[in-house]
Amino acid sequence: MEAAIRLSALNFEVHLIEKSFILGGHVKNWHMLFPDLSSATQLVEQQKNQLRDSVNILLGIEVIRASYTNNKYTLYFSDGSSNTFDAIILTTGFKLFPAQRKEEYGYSIYSNVITSAELEEYFQTDKPLYTKEHRIAERIAFIHCVGSRDDKVGNRYCSKVCCVTAVKQAMETARRNPGAEIYLFYMDLRMFDRQFEDLYFQAQTQYGIRFIRGRLSEVSEKPDSRLFLKFEDTLLGKPLRLTTDMLVLMVGMEPAENTGQLARLFNVPVGNDKFLLPKNLHQYRNLTNQPGIFLAGCVSGPKTIGETLTDARSAALEVYNYLNRN
Amino acid sequence: MKNVGKQLIWQQYQKEIAEDHFFYVRSCIRQNFFPGAEATFLRILKDVLHKDVYDDPAHTTCTGIGYHTDIIPLETTMTVVARQFALMTEKGYKNFIPSCVTSFGLYLEILESWHNHPEVLNQIRKYLKEATGRTFELPENIVHASDIIYKFRREIASKAKYRLVNQQTGQPLRVVEHIGCHYAKMFPHKSVGGAEFPRVLSGIIEEWGGEVIDYPERRHCCGFGFRQYFIKANRGYTFSSVKKKFDSMHPYSPDLIVTNCPGCNVFLDKGQYVISEQEGIVYGANGYGIPVLTFEELAGLIVGFDPWDIGLQVHQVSVEPLLDKMGVWYEPEKKYRGKNNIPLGQPLQPTVLKTF
Repeated sequence: MEAAIRLSALNFEVHLIEKSFILGGHVKNWHMLFPDLSSATQLVEQQKNQLRDSVNILLGIEVIRASYTNNKYTLYFSDGSSNTFDAIILTTGFKLFPAQRKEEYGYSIYSNVITSAELEEYFQTDKPLYTKEHRIAERIAFIHCVGSRDDKVGNRYCSKVCCVTAVKQAMETARRNPGAEIYLFYMDLRMFDRQFEDLYFQAQTQYGIRFIRGRLSEVSEKPDSRLFLKFEDTLLGKPLRLTTDMLVLMVGMEPAENTGQLARLFNVPVGNDKFLLPKNLHQYRNLTNQPGIFLAGCVSGPKTIGETLTDARSAALEVYNYLNRN
Repeated sequence: MKNVGKQLIWQQYQKEIAEDHFFYVRSCIRQNFFPGAEATFLRILKDVLHKDVYDDPAHTTCTGIGYHTDIIPLETTMTVVARQFALMTEKGYKNFIPSCVTSFGLYLEILESWHNHPEVLNQIRKYLKEATGRTFELPENIVHASDIIYKFRREIASKAKYRLVNQQTGQPLRVVEHIGCHYAKMFPHKSVGGAEFPRVLSGIIEEWGGEVIDYPERRHCCGFGFRQYFIKANRGYTFSSVKKKFDSMHPYSPDLIVTNCPGCNVFLDKGQYVISEQEGIVYGANGYGIPVLTFEELAGLIVGFDPWDIGLQVHQVSVEPLLDKMGVWYEPEKKYRGKNNIPLGQPLQPTVLKTF
C-alpha cells in the first residue's frame, strides 16, 4: 500500500494487486504495535485512506503468468484478465511459520498452546486471558524463535520482530491478568531498534516478567489440561520443568506461499532462506537482477512495520528513477 | 487434547510396508526375556494372516548392544549386518523385519551411512567376502515388526476373539503405549507417525478397542539407555527413569502398557518390582503392578491364543487382572506348566508387589 501511495502521489498510474479480499496484510489482525503500543487498526486505516482514487485496487486476484517484451511486462491474472506494466514491485510479504511443524510443542494438539498471532487477535477483545477450560491463566510461558533460528525446521534466519513482540504481548498479558506469573524463554534477546530495550526494561521492572535464557524441548498435557514444559536453562546449564496454564509460541516469518512462484515467473533469484534476493544487499536492496522488477517489504526478508514502510518508499523512489532513466 | 492435530502430523509420517514375504531377524533381549513374543509374531503372520515369513536359525545378533556400549568397532557391526543381509539374499527375500527396535535403528543407520558413503559399502562387501565368502543385496523394504502388526491391525481386529474393552463396565481399557527410542527418534520419517506422536502402537490400540493415554512423560526413555544399565554404577539412572514414567502415568490409572521395544518391555515390567522393593510403591490397582505386554503378545491375546502359550507367565507383573478385565479365558493352574504339562517351578514372591 505504501509504495502505491507514494507512486500515485508522483502521478504514476498504479495498480495494486492483492491476493486476498481485504487490504492490510497481517497488520490488520494485530492489536497494538511495538514499541509505542499504538493501534494497528488505525495504522492500516490511515494507509488505506491515503490510497488515491487513481490507484486501481484489484482484490482476490493472483498473477498466474507473465511475459516481457519491449521493456514491458504483461501479467495474466487468475480472473482471466491481463494488463501491461512498465514496472512491477513484488510485495507479497510473509506467512507465519506453521507452529504444527514444531511437533514437540503440541500446537493444534494441546488446546492451551496458542500462537503469538492468535494471542494478538485475542487482545482485540480486551478480556483477561482464559484457558480453553475457562480458567483465568495464572502462569503463562512465551517461547521465542518458534520456526526461526532453527535448523531442524530449515529456517536459520532471525525473524526480527518476535523478541519485541513477545515483550509487548507479555506486558499486555500482565496488564490483563494481574498477578499472573509470566515467563519468556529466549535464545538471545534482540532488542535492536529504538525503544525496544526500554520496553524490555519496563517488562522486568514494572510487570515482573521473568526472562529465562533457555530452549523448550517438549510440551505435554497434564490430566487437568495444564501444560508440562521441559526445557533447559542455558545460563544455569540445567534441565528444568515447569507447569503452566498456557503457552504462547512466538511464530516467525516465512516467505508467502506464492513467493517461489513469483521468483520463477520473473526469474528473480531466491536466497537460502527462500526469500527473494535483491540485486545487492547494501546499495540496491529494492532492485533485482531483472529490469523493471523491484522488491519491497518482507518479500526480501523479515522486517518490522517501520522498516517495511521505509522499504516501500525506497522501492517507489527506485521505480521513479527507473521510469525516468531516459 | 485434539486428535485432529495428531492426525495432521501422522499424515506426514507414512511409509511403505511390504505386503508379504518377510525375512525375520530376532532380538537378543526379546527372545531371552519374552521368548513367547517372537513365537507369537511368527504364528500370527503364518497362521492368522497367512503370510510367508522366514525365520533363519543362522542369523546372529546385530551387535547393536555392543555398538551402543562402544565395545564393538563400527566396521565389525557393519560386517555382521551385511551377513544378515546376505542370509536374506541367499534365501530369496527382499523384505527385512527386525524384531528389535535397537536393531531396526541400527540397520537404518547403517543403510543411511552406506547410501551417503558408497565407498564404505564397498569396503564392507569386501570384508564380508573375505571373511565368509558371502555377497548380499540391500533390502528393498525394511520395517520394524510392530509396523507389520500396525499394517495388518484391521485384519487382526476382524479375527479378534477379545477386544481392549473392560467386560465389566463396557469401557475401553486405558492403555499406555511406549515406543523404543530407536524406533523413530533417529529417523522419524522411517516410522509410522513420527517421533513426537508415534502412531504405530496407538493405531493398534485404538483399532482393537482401547483408549490411548497421553501422559506427560510419554516420550521419556524407559531408562535402559545401554550405558545406564550395563554400567552397574549407573543403574540408578535406569530406575529413576522408570519411576519418573510410572509417577507420571499413575494419575491416569492405566490398565495396560504396550511396548514395541524388547528392552523397554523388560525395564517397564521388571522395573516395577525394583521400585516396589526400593520405595514400597506399587502402581497398579489392589497391590498389583500395571501389566506390560509387547505388541506381539497383545496381538496374540486379541486373536485368542492361550496366554500361557504366548508366554505371559514370564512377566514380572501378573497379567491376570488384565485378562480378567478383557474376559480372556485361561487356566490358572497351567500358568507354570510346560507344554508337556510338567511343572516349571514357581517364582519367588516379591516383598511388596502382589503377584498371582
